[in-house]
Amino acid sequence: MDIHEYQAKKILSNFGVTIPRGGIVYSPENAENKAREIGGSRWVVKAQIHSGARGKAGGIIICDSPLEVAQATDKLLGKKLVTNQTGPEGKIVNRIYIEEATDIERELYLGLVFDRSSESIMVVASTEGGMSVEEISKEKPETIIRSKIEVAVGMQSFQARELAFGLGIEPDLIRRASETIIGCYKAFSELDATMVEVNPLVISKQKQILALDCKMSFDNNAMFRRNQVSELRDKTQEDSKEVFASDRGLNYVSLDGNIGNIINGAGLAMASMDMIKLAGGSPANFLDVGGGATPEKIVKAFKLVTMDEKVKVILVNIFAGINRCDWVAEGIVEALKKIEVNVPLVIRLAGTNVEKGNQILKESKINYIEANTLEDAANKAVAALK
Amino acid sequence: MTVLIDKNSKIIIQGFTGKMGSFHADEMIKYGSNVVGGVTPGKGGSKHLNLPVFNTVKDAVSETGADASILFVPPAFAADSAMEAADSGIKTCVAIVDGIPSHDMIRIKRYMRRYTKSSKMTLVGPNCAGIISPGKSMLGIMPGHIYKEGRIGIISRSGTLGYEAAQQLKNLNIGVSTSVGIGGDPINGSSFRDIIEKFETDDETDAILMIGEIGGPQEVAAGEFAKENMKKPVIAYIAGLTAPKGRVMGHAGAIVSAYGESAIEKVEILKECGITISKNPSVMGDTVKSVLEKM
Repeated sequence: MDIHEYQAKKILSNFGVTIPRGGIVYSPENAENKAREIGGSRWVVKAQIHSGARGKAGGIIICDSPLEVAQATDKLLGKKLVTNQTGPEGKIVNRIYIEEATDIERELYLGLVFDRSSESIMVVASTEGGMSVEEISKEKPETIIRSKIEVAVGMQSFQARELAFGLGIEPDLIRRASETIIGCYKAFSELDATMVEVNPLVISKQKQILALDCKMSFDNNAMFRRNQVSELRDKTQEDSKEVFASDRGLNYVSLDGNIGNIINGAGLAMASMDMIKLAGGSPANFLDVGGGATPEKIVKAFKLVTMDEKVKVILVNIFAGINRCDWVAEGIVEALKKIEVNVPLVIRLAGTNVEKGNQILKESKINYIEANTLEDAANKAVAALK
Repeated sequence: MTVLIDKNSKIIIQGFTGKMGSFHADEMIKYGSNVVGGVTPGKGGSKHLNLPVFNTVKDAVSETGADASILFVPPAFAADSAMEAADSGIKTCVAIVDGIPSHDMIRIKRYMRRYTKSSKMTLVGPNCAGIISPGKSMLGIMPGHIYKEGRIGIISRSGTLGYEAAQQLKNLNIGVSTSVGIGGDPINGSSFRDIIEKFETDDETDAILMIGEIGGPQEVAAGEFAKENMKKPVIAYIAGLTAPKGRVMGHAGAIVSAYGESAIEKVEILKECGITISKNPSVMGDTVKSVLEKM
């Protein structure tokens, strides 16, 4: 789960990280007042969307008066911002963060992620703040320094100090820099985060160490014990079909193609998408109804896939284990009584009681194309497009 | 001997009296697994499915001599249950449950470092289908009848794709020595490398089929291990050719976030390690067959 910049900053400040003064607003009038309340003579108006690279997309505007702040807010609110991370459809701006401008002396990079090889938490830092970590590792890999944290004892002061010295931070600021890094680590480990990225982490001309921009992601599996974090979810930033799916216990990812998929199991779903591609087609979605493929889930899956106007063919591929094919077939027949499908439908069943399952489908008089293997299913789905 | 479990494995069910635990315990018993009891804290001393229920794993081990366990406890309590198994002398533990937080998995892995190699439990999963040695024992939730007895070892992150492979092999009259589902989570108990190492020394296995997917370093680590240390042939299929970068594809661990984690990159690296690639998921069985014919 992702959260907004302003939410991430609030979290980090609770862990002792300094952030510029700022506040969230929902209207231009609000914005003007907020600017006066913050004080100073320059402000940054920042569109809050779940994406990086907002600056290049026009989502960050520097202003020299409260009136300009109001105008910039008016310009951004309700707009769809398209960045290199949002995809062509962009993301809607519903919240604006107003922040005092910072006099920047140096821009650094600080990121924390899980390291799946060593099964520990990895802190990554670089002197090249402001660039994405992908760009840094491509263009300036020599500037990257890493520290692997032993989770049983947590991050130690010396580890944070090593990073701070490694970034060339002046001796007077090392202590504050170490506290900042450890604050980020604590936020990561105490809130079940999967990613914390402060980019840039800046040293201001006034010798303050500030988190100027920040991204945080959290482990969906841990939300049951992180009520305060899960409340930060903003569904307006997610694909509406993906929200529909996640609210109904389905794993769904919206894609660009036109063959809709209903499959049980994430691996089999990815494999089926691969087969569609090899057959010359393109999947409209990834959809895993879960290993069990219960009739309720199948109804929900049909509802979801038929919502997508791109879909010109639907491919159902279920490998039934303990949930037998005859039971799955009955679920499909029931689903099709409730949901109208106006595109060709290819169904491939495999596993337990496959003959019985296919027989139920045939006798039900539903309009569909039967397939036997993965390859057969993909070929028939692509052929049905024509 | 077989990998991880055999006919003599004495199995207990953790979370025995719940709906999932009861259903799958019954399926395992029907398959022929030697289920000797289960654990549900607070229900010790009672009987369930005609088998004894214990309060703690230690009680179950001392009373029954159990050496294998399978977890059907909710995600919030799964880490605790896995560590309890590790501390009670269980040798192989399968965690079926989907939804254990990654921070908990790291804690389990760190906790298990206190045991020496010879006394350390093998944890398989979470978010997996479990283990089956066809004709001998099943410590999992798979449909047992799709597996034919034989000499191919299967390791898969995905459950249903592992079934697909077993079915393809069966259709070609090829059997399986043991199939291990290692699960779809980013941090898991056993990696591909851990399991192929066991297959290499297993005298009932001739070749290994490894079914990977996008995300994480484990397929590549297994490939590099195979290149240096293995004599038995390894065949691999990697799912997710069409998966977009940076998106989680169902499995929490199926996300491309670094170089070498996409399907294409994994395939290229595995080829360099001398591993035979099944070029699509429909020919996993055929690819194994052609490798066996060359042996």
